[in-house]
Amino acid sequence: MSDDYRKVVQEIVAKFGKDRKRLMDIARAVHAKTGHISEEIVGAIADALGCHRVEVRDMTSFYAFFSREPKGATTIRLCNAVVERMKGMDAVANAFEETLGIRFGETTPDGLISLEYTPCIGMSDQAPAALVNGKVLTNIRPEDVKSIVDAVRSGKLHDGGIVSVKSVESNLQQAGPVIFAPFERGAGIRKALSMSPEDVINEMNKARVRGRGGAGFPLAMKWSFCRKAEGEAHYVVCNGDEGEPGTFKDRVILTECPDLMFEGMTIAGYAVGAKQGFFYLRGEYEYLLPYLEQVLAKRRRMGLLGENVCGAEGFDFDIRIQMGAGAYICGEESALIESLEGKRGAPRDRPPFPVQKGYLDRPTSVNNVETLCCAARIMEHGAEWFSSMGTKDSTGTKLLSISGDCQAPGVYEVEYGITVEKVLEMVGATDAQAVQIGGPSGQCIAPKDFGRSICFEDLPTGGSTIIFGKDRDLLACMESFLEFFVEESCGWCAPCRAGTTFLKMQFEKLLQGRGTREDLKKLEETANTVKFMSRCGLGQTAPNPVLTTLRNFPALYEARIQPDDFIPAFDLKEALKEACSITGQKPHDVEV
Amino acid sequence: MSKNTVNIIIDGVEIEAQEGQTILQAADDAGVYIPRLCYLKGLIPGGHCRVCTVKVNGRPASSCTFPVSEGLVIENDTEELTTLRRTVVEMLFAEGNHVCPACEASGNCELQAMAYRLGMLAVTLPFLRKPRELDATHPDVFIDRDRCILCGRCARASEAEGKRVFGFEGRGINKRIAVDGEHGLKETDLKAADRAARACPTGCLRLKRIGWKVPVGQRQYDTTPIGSDIEQKQPVG
Repeated sequence: MSDDYRKVVQEIVAKFGKDRKRLMDIARAVHAKTGHISEEIVGAIADALGCHRVEVRDMTSFYAFFSREPKGATTIRLCNAVVERMKGMDAVANAFEETLGIRFGETTPDGLISLEYTPCIGMSDQAPAALVNGKVLTNIRPEDVKSIVDAVRSGKLHDGGIVSVKSVESNLQQAGPVIFAPFERGAGIRKALSMSPEDVINEMNKARVRGRGGAGFPLAMKWSFCRKAEGEAHYVVCNGDEGEPGTFKDRVILTECPDLMFEGMTIAGYAVGAKQGFFYLRGEYEYLLPYLEQVLAKRRRMGLLGENVCGAEGFDFDIRIQMGAGAYICGEESALIESLEGKRGAPRDRPPFPVQKGYLDRPTSVNNVETLCCAARIMEHGAEWFSSMGTKDSTGTKLLSISGDCQAPGVYEVEYGITVEKVLEMVGATDAQAVQIGGPSGQCIAPKDFGRSICFEDLPTGGSTIIFGKDRDLLACMESFLEFFVEESCGWCAPCRAGTTFLKMQFEKLLQGRGTREDLKKLEETANTVKFMSRCGLGQTAPNPVLTTLRNFPALYEARIQPDDFIPAFDLKEALKEACSITGQKPHDVEV
Repeated sequence: MSKNTVNIIIDGVEIEAQEGQTILQAADDAGVYIPRLCYLKGLIPGGHCRVCTVKVNGRPASSCTFPVSEGLVIENDTEELTTLRRTVVEMLFAEGNHVCPACEASGNCELQAMAYRLGMLAVTLPFLRKPRELDATHPDVFIDRDRCILCGRCARASEAEGKRVFGFEGRGINKRIAVDGEHGLKETDLKAADRAARACPTGCLRLKRIGWKVPVGQRQYDTTPIGSDIEQKQPVG
């Protein structure tokens, strides 16, 4: 070492005030400089922070964007989410491997470029897509690959089809009255400040607004619990870690109207009695960071953030953006809080809930980006206006991120209660065999259910909507979902950590046509165990690709089942091959 | 008594519990055994193994972390839960590389004893057979990660005694137990007398040179099933 490394680390740690809680920012900054976080660097960070190296390693080894080994100066992360695969990712991947002469997971001999896969980066509507050192490339065709590689090699990231924030298609296909209507900065805040915090919460209660992340917890209840909970300080966190494969609605909000979200956060701060807000932005959306910082700076200049917000004596509120580093689980609110504290993103057991003990064990309200936008609008236009839209238990509108086999993928703002049929018509999907509602953790529904409605009382969803056309191998798509959960399980609890892997292995066996009826039974047993026994929402929903297709598409399973009583999980001859070659014996034919 | 008492019902039997206790603690005090692996008395519960999952008012929850409150209705000793717990224990066997007949912890191993108690006859899941790292650098203690179930007891015990010898590394199926040294356990301040060195439920983290002192057949769970100590305290029902 690299005394150079040590110096870099010390400077960065000093910049963040030697604050252990800022380990995420420290690790990100160090990684940006050094390209990796080796054991040596782990030790240097620990020394500079005055903490144990095992703590630093625990944290840095958790996030996908931190590499332990030196990587190329540029890492090309090709997204391998299911829609990407449907839209020709394989050919693009081959083109990269051929052009660079390396495989995925490797680095070019000159140390310039590494190739990696990454799960959904929020670009399913413009797939295939890739992240190149934080920049986003969309709609990649195999013939684009050479110019991309040339642009990377010559250091011209902005040429050759490589785009910055403005060039990612916003792809807002249908604007609605709540999220994507014109609005006046500060209008919602001023309205809120004219009322008591209790009355603000009461307005949310009258609007009957529920959390847009998918779980649908009533916003007023969350704010009220948080406000009433005792603690040295209260916090507001906006969850911008949308990682559900097939979702990208927050990307569009953050591109089109981030002000509305910051407005909602400020109102939340007033309602729960917080001075500090955090906006947790997924690492994949780093390209949006400069723009969002600009928006925040402007809001501070306008007096919409900072001391005495909008001139209201005693209401101080500001927002810090916390970047993530590649972990789906951080979309789970308690895992997000752990990450915010500079730790691995492992969810917590509940109770206590974050509204009681959240960030630094103090009352914290974690809300979805879209939910906070709704809150700002409710302040502006009133509860009655809001609750006149949607259904009885699902008021307002919902953003759907629609991708897959349809003519017009993108974000649609629709009223709750819309049927799947209607959605399909709207996006030009004529031959859907299935629709994935709420992403892999949601449910895969068949045409018999297309008459059902998108709302909490029928088909709840965080917004990810993936359409599978009639020619798709549906179970192969489900396999890719299972793979995603294997990659993204945090590993804290046994049923999810190990169970997701067994689920995938058992599912593969069936898919390969080597499964019996007994195997199917075992698969279902594993799925139910993972669902029931897991600690958090990830494990509790990870088996849904299996369970919902078993329910809605039983014929697909029947078609793959073998009549045998037993087929071994492994190929005996293959397993004996090495031993046979060492001993010089020929394998006997054995009946199994 | 300074603390308030509350009443909870476990499998139809009413039990008195102290406010602030978890379900598992209250059950222990009442002589009701809830199977568990990652819980160790005196340490902050980790919620890793989920074997202690019960139904609380009909919904699954880990009893080692769930606080008692008046009137909770809990299901524990049911066929449904036993099956689910057994499957999780089976997952732990298939995930690691557990060879009971050759393991010095056999008979003292909580994982093995739990498998017996829950009626696991064989591992029916596919073994992962992943190579796992051994650390024998320390003069008195070794780590055989083949037998690690990631219960985190060593890490929590170490933290509780003011050290930070152990932690985790990696995520998901690649998560493993890590130590606070660059080249292994010898660089840490772990002492054989530390509680952390004796907190492991399996044959993973063991003291050297004493593994076979007590012959197989005369070990803790060779004679009594796991949980007997709790159940003998106060027979219920």
